[in-house]
Amino acid sequence: MTLKTTIHEKIVLKGIISELRAVCAKVLSWGKNLGYSDDDLFAVHLAMEEAIVNAVKHGNKQDTSKTVSVEYDVSPEKIDISVADEGRGFDSNHLADPRLSENIYKMGGRGVLLIKSYMDEVEYNTAGNTVRMIKFNSRHGRDGEPR
Amino acid sequence: MEDLKPRIGVYYAQNATVVTLTDEKILEDDDIKALEESIMPLIDGAVNLVIDFSSVQFLSSAVLGLLIRISKKINEHKGKLKLCGISARIYEIFKITRLDEIFDIYDDAKKAMLSLK
Repeated sequence: MTLKTTIHEKIVLKGIISELRAVCAKVLSWGKNLGYSDDDLFAVHLAMEEAIVNAVKHGNKQDTSKTVSVEYDVSPEKIDISVADEGRGFDSNHLADPRLSENIYKMGGRGVLLIKSYMDEVEYNTAGNTVRMIKFNSRHGRDGEPR
Repeated sequence: MEDLKPRIGVYYAQNATVVTLTDEKILEDDDIKALEESIMPLIDGAVNLVIDFSSVQFLSSAVLGLLIRISKKINEHKGKLKLCGISARIYEIFKITRLDEIFDIYDDAKKAMLSLK
């Protein structure tokens, strides 16, 4: 039987990573309650962590007077999360590839690659300061029926 | 009160210093800084360092940056760095970022130490 539950929430917080991680913990808790696999939840956890850190450090430049908003829908079929900051944004299609030999010894620059690798759908808004990430429940087909 | 729990365990084998990471999750800047401050002083001269991830269930890309800093310091001192005990999920992070191609990764500390003989 497919549950019809969908949890929706939008939370706007000061750009403080520890407070944003609490939102991540809520999403993971909902996902666990809805039967997502540990692999799915690991992927969502990693993508949210990278998106939150990017929003606070690179987007808002650690200015805690600026906010980060996290909006999510968690349903039995998918976890759909948007993370938005107040920064100027960036072009995610023209980031240096951290896997290339000239970049591989750099300390950072891997967050967006990990988000795109672990989530099923990832898109940035035109300004480049909002990322929307979707993870489908690997225990369901995309039609929402259990496999 | 300041959190004084140890971030690492250290033991000295014949041919390597073995660092065991004790946290299940490594995320916070403070945790990473504490790890760096604990591990870097161990690299004094041509040290072979084995870092054991057996207890680690989750880490973010910030930890990868720390490993690169450690690797650079060890290379400067002509030592060797070996990683071990990395779970399948975390190994996937190394594969995606191709860091599995620049780090020597072993199943466990024993195999990592054998590779140094």
